[in-house]
Amino acid sequence: MSLLQISEPGESPEPHQRRLAVGIDLGTTHSLVAAVRSSSAECLPDAQGRVLLPSIVHYGAAGGVEVGYEASARAADDPANTIVSVKRFMGRGVADVAKYGALPYRFVDAPGMVAIETAAGLRSPVQVSAEILKTLRARAEQTLGGELHGAVVTVPAYFDDSQRQATKDAARLAGLNVLRLLNEPTAAAIAYGLDNASEGTFAVFDLGGGTFDLSILRLTRGVFEVLSTSGDSALGGDDFDQAIAVHWRVTHGLADASGRDTRRLLVAARQVKERLTSEESADAQVTLTWGQQLHLGLTRAEFEEITASLVQKTLGPTRKALRDAGLAVEQIDGVVLVGGATRMPHLQRAVAGFFRREPLVNLDPEQVVALGAAIQANALAGNRAPGDDWLLLDVIPLSLGLETMGGLVEKVIPRNSTIPVARAQEFTTFRDGQTAMAVHVVQGERELVSDCRSLARFELRGIPPMVAGAARIAVTFQVDADGLLSVSARENTTGVSASVVVKPSYGLTDDEVATMLRDGFDHAQSDRDARALAEQRVEAEGLLAALRTAIAQDADLLSPEDRAALEAGSASVEAAARGTDHRALKAAVEALNRLSEPFAGRRMDRSVSRALAGRRLDEVPTK
Amino acid sequence: MTPEFSRNHFELFGLPVAYAVDTTVLERAYRDLQGRVHPDRFASASEAERRVAMQWATRANEAYRTLRNPIDRARYLLALKGFDTGEESNTSMPPDFLMQQMEWRESVEDGRARHDPGALEGLRREIDESRTEMHAFLARALGGDRNYDAGCSLVRKLRFLDKIEAEIDDALEAIADGVPAPRRAASPKGND
Repeated sequence: MSLLQISEPGESPEPHQRRLAVGIDLGTTHSLVAAVRSSSAECLPDAQGRVLLPSIVHYGAAGGVEVGYEASARAADDPANTIVSVKRFMGRGVADVAKYGALPYRFVDAPGMVAIETAAGLRSPVQVSAEILKTLRARAEQTLGGELHGAVVTVPAYFDDSQRQATKDAARLAGLNVLRLLNEPTAAAIAYGLDNASEGTFAVFDLGGGTFDLSILRLTRGVFEVLSTSGDSALGGDDFDQAIAVHWRVTHGLADASGRDTRRLLVAARQVKERLTSEESADAQVTLTWGQQLHLGLTRAEFEEITASLVQKTLGPTRKALRDAGLAVEQIDGVVLVGGATRMPHLQRAVAGFFRREPLVNLDPEQVVALGAAIQANALAGNRAPGDDWLLLDVIPLSLGLETMGGLVEKVIPRNSTIPVARAQEFTTFRDGQTAMAVHVVQGERELVSDCRSLARFELRGIPPMVAGAARIAVTFQVDADGLLSVSARENTTGVSASVVVKPSYGLTDDEVATMLRDGFDHAQSDRDARALAEQRVEAEGLLAALRTAIAQDADLLSPEDRAALEAGSASVEAAARGTDHRALKAAVEALNRLSEPFAGRRMDRSVSRALAGRRLDEVPTK
Repeated sequence: MTPEFSRNHFELFGLPVAYAVDTTVLERAYRDLQGRVHPDRFASASEAERRVAMQWATRANEAYRTLRNPIDRARYLLALKGFDTGEESNTSMPPDFLMQQMEWRESVEDGRARHDPGALEGLRREIDESRTEMHAFLARALGGDRNYDAGCSLVRKLRFLDKIEAEIDDALEAIADGVPAPRRAASPKGND
């Protein structure tokens, strides 16, 4: 098929140009890093041979930070400074985290997102997640023997814009170049689909530590097309642990257990839950803080009884995803189980019962997301082998809209729209002479603004005074391939126009990231400058090389003046790259990018023209 | 704007400008186009190329979404022919269609109140039949008949059907969420 033979700019199959890229599954309970090595993806182990890194961060009073198993060991004794399941707090406010019940942390209501008071000071969930990512980055760079070109970081498909933005910020804070945010079930589908060369319609049932996603995908000739996605970003394996702990508290009269005891009960609950996967009953010994010894037991039947409603809770989003995809259960060709929590036998039975078929479990449900992300990272870094030419088309999980008069939501982009997507909606003024308009961007399915998540607010000013209803204000939503939103508004009746681009309120500005980097690291200013310069030089080299190739291929698309301008721009970049001012180099690179955009547009146009011409020639109806 | 970028949705996929679309050809052309323009193809390219890729992929998604859905496709085709379907402004409907509407609405409310998913599914099938019939009329109006006024009216009617179907979905969802299934997770076998 012709689709598979296109050579694109930015692809460099030569082995010596291979860029190091990894996939990272930043999970609620565990995180993993994987990479494609010698043509197959594998999870990278730590020095002890363990691929799972517990997503736990401990902050010591002396400023020390421990991550993973070391931090895990602190959870029972120092719960307030040992952050477990931080993913649940990403992009979330105080009211959201209150829903998780008693947690041993001192939450502080910071603008946009909660922060946690630790022995090392106030820490945002973004910073805590960055510690986990830094650990994985170090592991990858050590194992692969070089600096990473970039990473694909996975997020639950049902994550909203604030949670995605927070994840991307955490990765930037960890010094990672984010090639793409990838939805977890989609990542799993890539790993499965490419592994088995599957075709057809698949449901991916992904129950992780703290999140649940259900995605329906169609795999056709190397294209992974997500048809719909649904889920619950506050439902996961952790809830099953909680249910056990609550059960014990009731049966053993421990209603007012302390933070430390709560943590101990949860640790025991998780162990018992895991053992019940293969055993009919399990027990655990817990020593409470006041010295009391507890013998705690649970049978599988009891476990299934007390968690039946949690299993039921997964079926609502499952039905919704099917409905949104316009499919009946019989039209699903396969069901893939992802996430450690899908090992529970009663959950597997419920899924098999719903879909009336046995789910696929031939890839490790805990590793499959990281493996898929690694495959995607390898492709995005330009390391595709010839013929290894698949494409991913994903969707946004939740509708995006605006607040209109009366606190109602006007949907602008409906859920399950394929990304990237842009949509403009026209609004008007409601008072005579109104010169400003408040734009409030929300995400969710409900009709009332108060029931949806608030993403951003901004004002469009400078509207020329007109009678009510005369102004024509176009508000444009653009969602990029990471699923991240930007919004702009302009008034264009009178030719006077104003526009503003916002980032969601949970997003950090580049300056804020810079400040956090400064606070978090002990690097001297000169070190940071040197690093920035090195990064800019790589960027500059890439741009110059791409442009040289482009000019060599499509010189006829340039007038002599265009070409002279591009060459002058390239010369400026080269000159700046020889200097030591990373800001000057950045400016030169940006200028050349702007200058070359029309040329890039014409080249893309030519590529599309050729595809259309090719199709007209060889189009034979295939039915 | 470059020449290919400013083509209409049909031309973008190499399709004739007509209501009848071979969905297999459309899907293939869409995947083909995305295979060339998608930002994933340019993830390591220059900023300028990435921006162009995002604009193109956005354009391809919009065109595909429009042509894949029969109502959107009809509305788009009518707009190309200079006809406005007037769904926001023109709410006049033939009386018998309005009567039918009201009956359906009442049935949805009824099914929701009585928690009767069976009745709601039955209603959906009934509406689907109506829809199939209207799609056939639409194909004739926009095809051989070239009766664009009739086409506009059919698009308005089909929009109504879509709204009712959405109400049925909401009702079904409310029923599914509100009433836990009476099934115990612990099967007798699990106690062995």
